[in-house]
Amino acid sequence: MISLVQGLGRWGVSFIARLGEAVLFLLGAISGAAKSLRRGRLIIQQLYSIGVLTMLIIMVSGLFVGMVLGLQGYYQLVNFSAESSLGMVVALFLVRELGPVLAALLFAGRAGSALTAEIGLMRATDQLAAMEMMAVDPMQRVVGPRFVAGIIAMPLLAAMLSAIGVLGGYLIGHGQFGVDPGVYWSSMQNGVDFYDDILNGVIKSVVFGVIVVWVALFEGYVATPTSEGVSRATTRTVVTSSLAILGGDYILTALMFGGL
Amino acid sequence: MSQTVSLPHDDSPLVIAENLHFSFSGRPIYSGLNLSIPEGKITVILGPSGCGKSTFLGLLGGRLRPDSGVLKFNGKDIPRSGSGLIAMRRKMGMLFQNSALLTDLNVFENVAFPFREQTDLPEAIIRILVLMKLEMVGLRGARNMMPSELSGGMSRRVSLARAIALDPELVMYDEPFVGLDPVSMGVIVKLISELNDAMGITSVIVTHDVAEGCSIADYVYLLDGGGVAGHGSPEEMMNSDNPGVRQFMQGLPDGPVGFHYPAADYILDLGVEK
Repeated sequence: MISLVQGLGRWGVSFIARLGEAVLFLLGAISGAAKSLRRGRLIIQQLYSIGVLTMLIIMVSGLFVGMVLGLQGYYQLVNFSAESSLGMVVALFLVRELGPVLAALLFAGRAGSALTAEIGLMRATDQLAAMEMMAVDPMQRVVGPRFVAGIIAMPLLAAMLSAIGVLGGYLIGHGQFGVDPGVYWSSMQNGVDFYDDILNGVIKSVVFGVIVVWVALFEGYVATPTSEGVSRATTRTVVTSSLAILGGDYILTALMFGGL
Repeated sequence: MSQTVSLPHDDSPLVIAENLHFSFSGRPIYSGLNLSIPEGKITVILGPSGCGKSTFLGLLGGRLRPDSGVLKFNGKDIPRSGSGLIAMRRKMGMLFQNSALLTDLNVFENVAFPFREQTDLPEAIIRILVLMKLEMVGLRGARNMMPSELSGGMSRRVSLARAIALDPELVMYDEPFVGLDPVSMGVIVKLISELNDAMGITSVIVTHDVAEGCSIADYVYLLDGGGVAGHGSPEEMMNSDNPGVRQFMQGLPDGPVGFHYPAADYILDLGVEK
């Protein structure tokens, strides 16, 4: 019993210490990111490897998610003869929730894990130490551009997922069930508000972007420099950022749509 | 293990460590280390694995902080951070054991990296400087290769070209002879000694390869047990009367460093005695 309490205490202390470390890292990353803004070429390179290479999985997922929403939405709505609202239902689901959350989860799995593994291996192979010895700050040269690129890429990917999802819903709604195209689009136009729905979705995706790149870069930066350490860090990135995205989504939704 | 602080050689020192204490995650690495690195010479720091040889390069490069004691480069304390540390590191080059080439850049860009980060030189000048450095290590023809395509010896030579890119005053070599075939080893030994002579660089080599180290050393330190176990010219070290120094320099399996790691009594451990 005593050892259980001791273990809990030890876990608590190490958790707080790591959280503090992570916050200090975030401050360093933000200052590194600010300084790396002058170096557009590095950011563009990272936008390619973080953003462009994640596009395919985002687009394919968006299409299928939209098609599923179209199917499920239609089956429910047709009971109330409300299939004319299909466009609005699909769009609201995507723009408010599924777009930012799914894109962030996929982003954590595809780009976050890659970032952690890359930085962890740079640490393990002394590349970060070598930069320090060449009087180059890795926070500025390595972490900063990735941080900026992640925050830029995430809302764009979420928007892309939502847009393709809406098309997927249309494909099913119009193609399979014969919902009138004009009705599909106009119900969306009437039901989706720019500030309440789209802007809040964009804010969510920016927050998720910060969470994913923060977790991914931190885990990579402090990873134990062995193959086992890097593999554990990669796993931790996906687990931690996924949980943080889902928990954060609840909080953000409660704040934005709960009238708090 | 205490020592006099007086210089063990006549040359003016570029690096001085006095009564240096350092511990890593609770384990003491140095307890009162005294040594000095003569300017313009090749100093070899020998020692058994795990005695903290590489740690010294970490301290010297400002990547680690000593717990107490004095560590001076060019007569000044190693700065803790900021512009002072950056300015000092510009005068240093380091060759890492695993070469530490940036894996997303090719050979040319790796050597160009210090120029691009630290200078505003135009591209045409950078190209000439990089090709000159690559020519010195004999790899001008490999400029378009990626680090993953290089052999161990080649990547170490590229790393060396990068380390000397900005003409440093001090070059630190961390285990430069490990894992090389005899030919690559010979090339590296030759390069280190040539660079030292041609460019007047002060070299610090951390290694446990006694033969290669002594073949190019002007001065040798042997570290053990948290301090300097012995020092002198290679000849003095080879003929040392100190049994610990002699065991290490000649690679004897038994001596002050026992063959057995401390353990419980053998017979009792096996549990065969009634």
